[in-house]
Amino acid sequence: MLDRFREKRSLRLVTALVVGLLFGFLLQKGGATDYGVLVNQLLLRDFTVLKIIFSAIVVGSLGIHLLVRGGLVDPSIKPFKPKPIIIGGLIFGAGFALLGYCPGTLAGAIGAGSIHALLGAVGMVTGSSAFANLYPRIKGSIEEGNRGRLTIPEVLKVDVGLALLIVDLLLIIMLILIEISSL
Amino acid sequence: MSWLALPRWSPYGVGAGIGVLVLISFILSNRPIGCSTAYVRASGLGEILLWGERVENNEYYKKFVPKIGWEVVLLVGVVLGALISSGLSGTLAVEKVPGLWRAEFGSSFLLRAVAAILGGFFVGFGARMAGGCTSGHGISGTLQLAASSWLALFCFFIGGFGAAYLLYAVVGGI
Repeated sequence: MLDRFREKRSLRLVTALVVGLLFGFLLQKGGATDYGVLVNQLLLRDFTVLKIIFSAIVVGSLGIHLLVRGGLVDPSIKPFKPKPIIIGGLIFGAGFALLGYCPGTLAGAIGAGSIHALLGAVGMVTGSSAFANLYPRIKGSIEEGNRGRLTIPEVLKVDVGLALLIVDLLLIIMLILIEISSL
Repeated sequence: MSWLALPRWSPYGVGAGIGVLVLISFILSNRPIGCSTAYVRASGLGEILLWGERVENNEYYKKFVPKIGWEVVLLVGVVLGALISSGLSGTLAVEKVPGLWRAEFGSSFLLRAVAAILGGFFVGFGARMAGGCTSGHGISGTLQLAASSWLALFCFFIGGFGAAYLLYAVVGGI
């Protein structure tokens, strides 16, 4: 039944729209579409964004573990390519600070009326296009050292359940520390 | 229903809600929530308009075929969701230069626009190179305990902390 639902194009797009609507709604209500909140997180003055991300990981990680174990969903693990992830991640971070938004919160900010976010989206599309056109030339160095769909339990050589417990406990401890420091 | 009109909800509640939403996305569509792919689909569509069909021969656009599909519709949903949320709480307002930026760099819209476009360029390029963004890697990937996504999330914030410090404490401090 689930498969038939997932495969029907019109239903898939309705699902995408509804999930997107709820995501945008939550991001805005959480303050994550606000330039000041995002940049103050990067300046370590306001920890709203990390509170949202860490809570989402704690709740989602437990749920996805059960769903995958129950055979209801397939995991979607991105390949571990250290070089492009580190370089790309740092470039992304620098852009994040200059723009003041990341791709999802940028879309939310546009909805909430941010004109400069709309210009940021033009920049993002251009940057994506630049990468696509550069890709054939840098493909070799991007794909080399691809370690495949590596997960934390595989790196630590522990059971998935234990890895889950360690990660979630560490995140909860960090959230408590943030709260104690009243950030 | 007055809670829908509140301008801010608890970040823990919002985070938990987003965690559940990723699960819903997996159950109903068997895919994670990610936002950066939509921009490369859009860039491909834009290039087809500019340079014609030959764009589809690009190796990267063969992997990420330019089309309006799941990711683009999701991103349109994000715009609308934030529009509805800010409308309900009465915080919907045109913002040309945000307050924090203005306090440091003045009220020039041109300067802010240049920073936003340039920053957006780096975000778009970096997300493609890293293979995802704060939602695809930072939430959907990390919660599946993907090693790639934890490394990405770490680098996003290290880059962000460093650049924000340079921008606001060093450049802005002068």
